[in-house]
Amino acid sequence: MAVTAPAPVRRHIENLERVWAERPGVLGWLTTVDHKKIGLLYFWTTLVFFAAGGIEALLMRTQLATANEDVVGPETFDQLMTMHGVTMIFFFIIPMTTGAFGNYLVPLMIGARDMAFPRLNALSYWIFLGAGLFMYSSFLIHQAPNAGWFDYVPLALRRYDGGLNIDFYALGLIFNSVATTLGALNLTVTIFKLRAPGMSWNRMPLFCFAMLATSLALIFALPALTADCIFLELQRKLGFHFFDTAYGGDPLLWQHLFWIFAHPEVYIIVLPAFGIATSIIPTFARHRMIAFPLVAMAELLVAFIGFGVWAHHMFATGLTSTTLVFFAAASMMVVVPSTIQIYAWLMTVNIGTPQFRAPLMFIGGFILFFVIGGLSGIMFAAIPFDQATTDTYFVVAHFHFIIFGAAVFPLLGGIYYWFPKVTGRMYDERLAQVSFWLTFVGTTLTFFPMHIVGLLGMTRRVYTYDHGLGWDAYNLVETIGGYILAAGLFTIAFNVVRSYRRGLPVGRDPFHGGTLEWTTTSPPPPYNFPVIPTVTSAYPNWDEPDRAEDLRKLERGDLVLDEAHETPESTVNDAVPSAIAEMPPESPWPVIVAATVTIAFFLLLTEHYASAGLAFMLTLLAAAGWNAHEPEEGVG
Amino acid sequence: MTRAALLAPLFALALVGCGGNQNTLGPASHDERSISHLFWIMFGASCVGFGVIVTLLFLGWARRERPNLPGGRGERAATGVVIGLGVALPIVLLVSLFVYSDLFVVDSVAAPTGRTPVTVRVIGHQWWWEVRYGGSNVVTANEIHIPVRTDVTAIVTTADVIHSFWVPELNRKVDMNPGSQNRLLLRADRAGAYRGQCAEFCGLQHAHMAVEVIAQPKAEFQRWLAQNAKPAARDSKLFDANCGSCHQVRGTPSRTRVGPDLTHFASRRTIAALTKPNTPENLREWIRDPQHVKPGNRMPNLPLTNAQFDALARYLESLR
Repeated sequence: MAVTAPAPVRRHIENLERVWAERPGVLGWLTTVDHKKIGLLYFWTTLVFFAAGGIEALLMRTQLATANEDVVGPETFDQLMTMHGVTMIFFFIIPMTTGAFGNYLVPLMIGARDMAFPRLNALSYWIFLGAGLFMYSSFLIHQAPNAGWFDYVPLALRRYDGGLNIDFYALGLIFNSVATTLGALNLTVTIFKLRAPGMSWNRMPLFCFAMLATSLALIFALPALTADCIFLELQRKLGFHFFDTAYGGDPLLWQHLFWIFAHPEVYIIVLPAFGIATSIIPTFARHRMIAFPLVAMAELLVAFIGFGVWAHHMFATGLTSTTLVFFAAASMMVVVPSTIQIYAWLMTVNIGTPQFRAPLMFIGGFILFFVIGGLSGIMFAAIPFDQATTDTYFVVAHFHFIIFGAAVFPLLGGIYYWFPKVTGRMYDERLAQVSFWLTFVGTTLTFFPMHIVGLLGMTRRVYTYDHGLGWDAYNLVETIGGYILAAGLFTIAFNVVRSYRRGLPVGRDPFHGGTLEWTTTSPPPPYNFPVIPTVTSAYPNWDEPDRAEDLRKLERGDLVLDEAHETPESTVNDAVPSAIAEMPPESPWPVIVAATVTIAFFLLLTEHYASAGLAFMLTLLAAAGWNAHEPEEGVG
Repeated sequence: MTRAALLAPLFALALVGCGGNQNTLGPASHDERSISHLFWIMFGASCVGFGVIVTLLFLGWARRERPNLPGGRGERAATGVVIGLGVALPIVLLVSLFVYSDLFVVDSVAAPTGRTPVTVRVIGHQWWWEVRYGGSNVVTANEIHIPVRTDVTAIVTTADVIHSFWVPELNRKVDMNPGSQNRLLLRADRAGAYRGQCAEFCGLQHAHMAVEVIAQPKAEFQRWLAQNAKPAARDSKLFDANCGSCHQVRGTPSRTRVGPDLTHFASRRTIAALTKPNTPENLREWIRDPQHVKPGNRMPNLPLTNAQFDALARYLESLR
């Protein structure tokens, strides 16, 4: 655009380029506050964790391929099983959805120039990285967490698990919660306050509704887990008695607090996927989402009701039947927002003219898997059936259809969908179709037979099993499926890497998407939009007169804000511009703060409490430095 | 539709056709029968629901790249479908399922509140089951004998971490929590051996913590109970010196109850919580190298000679 643009436009663009420029090179990545660069850091880091979790899964599947196999011993198996769960949930899906997708896309979709708190954003990434390295360093001394991702006490108490395994788990999760909470707060405030002029709630993209619901759920759910882990560490390290029946404590306290976090967690995991589905479907169906307000409400409602169902993970613990019935009813209720969304997606596809390119293929697979996982999920709200099949492979099947089928499939589709936006190049469509079929078949073969072995009595979390129980053939199929699935994922990674270098260059909007990210160049410039867009519908990129008006505004200099590092703020409900927010420039302090916190957690782990205190003092000092170095804004 | 149509019968065949004796859908009691009925009803409804979704997705596929097909752009009708199939129908179905499963079936599989003819206490240990009979001094391990077609109350708890007691063909599962007791009805309509397994992850050998419920005709059960109430016929100094610090053999100086009671060890069908069948070779392998057979279990490898291991095995084989 800058090439043929008239002089005033060129001048504005040049100003913006100068004001928003960041340091190049490695140092630039360490000090960046640009939400897109932070989003990419999150993306590649979580992909590495995804690979680690995937290798753990393949090792387990290899061990379980046949009866009485001897690939890994029980201790290693328990560590793999625990770290697979912890990694996929805390170090892959949440940071991938909120950190990578949320970070990169939310400001672009709402027409903002960055997240509300850019430095906090950088801090949450560096703390997440520190927590991930902390957790994975446990493998170096073969003391990775080994009591399952749910980490039930008393098994996780020092008496039964004397190494550092559980301390890595508890401290690592407390540590990581800091990062996740910061990210969630940042997304919430960004969505509340930085929406483009005119983007009232009813015009906000459904992806952003999903991210808002996810963020709110994270903010309210994580404290329960953090408190639980603090109790556990106090008991393990300092001899408190929170879970000790002999002293009036109760092991069920762990389970309640854990599931108060971990059931909303399920919705935290799938909601962003819903958001991705509601982005991809209208684009490729070439029709806006139908029942838009219903879907938006359903997304928020699911996050809310999700807080009232935790005890359905505890139906076999011997809670009173009145309690069980209450939670069963809530668990039935939470189904309805999901059925609304499923039919809204399907009917949108059906009244449009769908184009089944790779992103929509993955969404189709997602819908099928989500329905299978949802239907088996409803079965768990039937208390007696839950009590029969909980802790069996039937549950493993169910939640992998949800977590892999329903949460990861849209992510894979989303990677293809936004690939041209992020890189300016097109992925290889034919290879993408191949990767879809590999992952689709792989997922089905891996997880579907688990329903059957579960009903045939195979319990979860076993490192081996015997012949003669009718489980052998299914397990072998599952393992073969696992390898096919891995091949599919590898194909996607290959496609991304190759297309990043050799893909055909694309313009700003190769798919004719409806939301604001498609109005800017691919990849977007550091300031995202030369002129802050004004929004009059839920699909602003389809409103051609509005976009033509943006160009005229750029000439006039309206809403360009090219004199300082700024983005407009707007009112919460109707998104009427209310103020101009100064945005902080890049800074080394976030990475320094995160480094001191990482050191402090290692010292806590090794019970050097005084030194840990000192490290936290360093954190405070670094935070002081962060504030002392506020440079003058707007000097240009 | 194709997938659903293909998978449903396969699935049903797989569940009915085979499986060992740990099959949730192979009920041998009233309680488990009502649970498997519940499953089949939900499974049937799920197939229909899945079929509808697959059909809609297939229709979308049929419309690809064909902008002139009729039926497009009907937003009102489409929203109507969303409200009808996405809100109204699920509410009706879910309420029905709730009433049926969570008010009626749940009631019919509730634990017995009054006294039943037989009561067993089952105590979970890492990684075996201690079984005690109410009203007698019978203690056994990993084998629960019950009279057939008789209500038996199982009162379950744990000596260490949380375990979960589950015999799939007889009933649902219930956790064994420290410091409290849970109850469950154990009833078998036919004589036979029903396998069960610890269902709550309990550490290294969670995989080898299985249990067998042996339902016998009443008279046979009474004979078994009387035989097991007797003390052991003879003593072994070798056993007392090497095994007595953990195991009890009633009627001998070995009376510690850290590990399983072995008073009638030779009458049991398996070793180490169903890890191996109780054969002479397996027994010798087990006492010689328990850490190989069941890595991480609490039984140490003992520094004895081959002759001593053989003497120990012969003593254990005499404990009928």
